[in-house]
Amino acid sequence: MKMSARTILLGILPLAVVAAMAAWFLLGGGLRLGLSAPPIEKLAIERIVFRPQEIVLHVRNVGPGELTVAQVFVNEAIWDFSISPGRRLDRLGTAKISLPYDWVNAEPYRFAVVSGTGLRHEREVEAATATPAPSPRTFAVFGLLGLYVGVIPVLLGLLWLPFLRAAPRGWLDFWLSFTMGLLAFLAIDTLSESGEVLERVPDTLNGMMLVAFGVAFAFLALNAVSRWLPSGGAAGGMGLALLIAIGIGLHNLGEGLAIGAAYTLGEAALGSFLIVGFMLHNTTEGLAILSPLIEKSASARDLILLGVVGGAPTLIGTWAGAFTYSDPLSLLFLGAGAGAILQVLWVLARSRSAKGEPVMEALARPANAAGIVAGFAAMYGTSLLVAG
Amino acid sequence: MPRAAVRFHIVALFAAALLAAVSGCARSDENPTAEADSLPARARDHAIRTLTAFDTGKITKLPGGRTLREYWVEARHADVEVSPGVRFPAWTFNGAVPGPTLRCTEGDSVVVHFRNAGTMPHSMHFHGIHPAGMDGVFEQVAPGDSFVYAFTAEPFGLHVYHCHTMPVKMHIARGLYGVFLVDPPRPRPKAREMVMVMNGFDTDLNGEDNEFYTVNGYANVFFRDYPIPVRAGELQRVYLVNMTEFDLVNSMHTHANFFDVYPTGTSLTPSVYTDVVTMGQGERAIIEFTYRHTGRFLFHAHQSEFSELGWLGQFEVTSGVAPGATP
Repeated sequence: MKMSARTILLGILPLAVVAAMAAWFLLGGGLRLGLSAPPIEKLAIERIVFRPQEIVLHVRNVGPGELTVAQVFVNEAIWDFSISPGRRLDRLGTAKISLPYDWVNAEPYRFAVVSGTGLRHEREVEAATATPAPSPRTFAVFGLLGLYVGVIPVLLGLLWLPFLRAAPRGWLDFWLSFTMGLLAFLAIDTLSESGEVLERVPDTLNGMMLVAFGVAFAFLALNAVSRWLPSGGAAGGMGLALLIAIGIGLHNLGEGLAIGAAYTLGEAALGSFLIVGFMLHNTTEGLAILSPLIEKSASARDLILLGVVGGAPTLIGTWAGAFTYSDPLSLLFLGAGAGAILQVLWVLARSRSAKGEPVMEALARPANAAGIVAGFAAMYGTSLLVAG
Repeated sequence: MPRAAVRFHIVALFAAALLAAVSGCARSDENPTAEADSLPARARDHAIRTLTAFDTGKITKLPGGRTLREYWVEARHADVEVSPGVRFPAWTFNGAVPGPTLRCTEGDSVVVHFRNAGTMPHSMHFHGIHPAGMDGVFEQVAPGDSFVYAFTAEPFGLHVYHCHTMPVKMHIARGLYGVFLVDPPRPRPKAREMVMVMNGFDTDLNGEDNEFYTVNGYANVFFRDYPIPVRAGELQRVYLVNMTEFDLVNSMHTHANFFDVYPTGTSLTPSVYTDVVTMGQGERAIIEFTYRHTGRFLFHAHQSEFSELGWLGQFEVTSGVAPGATP
């Protein structure tokens, strides 16, 4: 259908009126009303890069007006710096501040950028570590890390299939509900992780809405995917298993980002203990993917596919987190992880109910309730190993 | 005109207005702030001038032979630069921090014409011995009002004046202070004299701590902009005053040299020979030293934290007449 010029103009009219009003306000009308409050400068130190004898701060002006970078303090001392492209930052403008500094590995650093009106904008690093520069070696190291904490554990978890099949038939309900408890934990875990990132993201970027957008988008997208599956995936089998694997995979993408970023941000010295913790934690995710396959046939190829879909995103996340970390993007992915898991939870919950039975009543059956609680508890238990 | 055409014209009008607005915004973006550009020069010049500028007042001989000295001081709010690129909304005496160094001799009759050009009450509280009504505490001066402080200068020594309006912490931290120097009736030995006011600036105005520390109001000015020229063998006398707020003490340390300390300047005999003098808030001392060797010598707060936040300077000692040195 072709729109007439008149229709288009009618569509533009409200915008034009608003634009005219805004122009009047900005061109002095606001002053006449006596409403012009002094703009408060806000600067975010978004990323800190440690190189040999050099520290680079990536900063963004997140205040309502332009600002000038006047001085930089490192551990409460005025420090020489160079800044590109320049000291003056427009609203949402960015700059890189380079500080020649003999920093010491694993020591804490406090940075403060003083803007033109004397306000301090701070960021702390708990333990400085050299920021990995993209090179074949670092690529391999972070790839291996992602492999260890994501891909291998999920694949190992899939080895539980013969055990599950050998267990008494009556346990099927329990295992599927166990998966639900496990997924519920992951959904909450992903959202609480985004809470940590939110603290670093300036209000101006509206981080909470990025998470919400991620949740909604992933939920709807996965919903569309599940419509192609027989009976929306509720019938179980490979379709449902794939759905669970996608949900877990998206969660693991966020997890990988967090692991990679922890290195980049110098906010967590990721010890071997933590890596072992992630391995155990993620092995249980393999179990979750399996539950729909207990009574169905699945080839070795199917299992490997499921393992890769569920685990490989960790690898991608670790790389992305280590080399090109961005908090706002991370929020989007964490939201998507949570949204995908919620969608899978929804499909699983529906699959628990017999024809015509309300979902809540189905979940209240002893086998289902026990499974949910056990799944949640198992995840909580292994999560204690990751606490760092 | 048909109705549709009228509507079209209205829309076109809005579109034109929008275009005009956008181009107008673009123009207003390039807004060179010539005034802000002169702030660094002003800060630098004020710090250097404070080193050697003494306001000895308008002198009149009173019947009986006493000297009357009259000074004019105005409290006003002004933006100053405290470190390169960092603006501070200061409250000042005569437009800059620190205020003018008011100098007189013990026994002089002192009259200070004070006017408050600020937006809130202010006052001048002098250290010294004077009647209660001249103490600048209970006689607050409202915006636009004036007050005349009149008293006899005593005792001789190195004193200060500052605003005593509540909250005093705030009024001092914002810059309302200066040096009040009372010379002994028999002058001190001839020397090259300098005033150094140690202070801090709470630029983020959180009321808890200072972001920058300076001497005479501009961070690192005597290190970066104006290493102080000194002649070897010439007696140097520094009137050192601590007006730092929030931090309990401030100090001065001279490199490769020692100095005599006259606490509060109330005695003509030094009390200690040292290279670090530490003073609490409002404390001051006269220090005297001579450089034997030539070259560049650092001086700074021995709180290294302060020295790395702006309280750092250097003496450039030459054997001949130093360029720019005041005789």
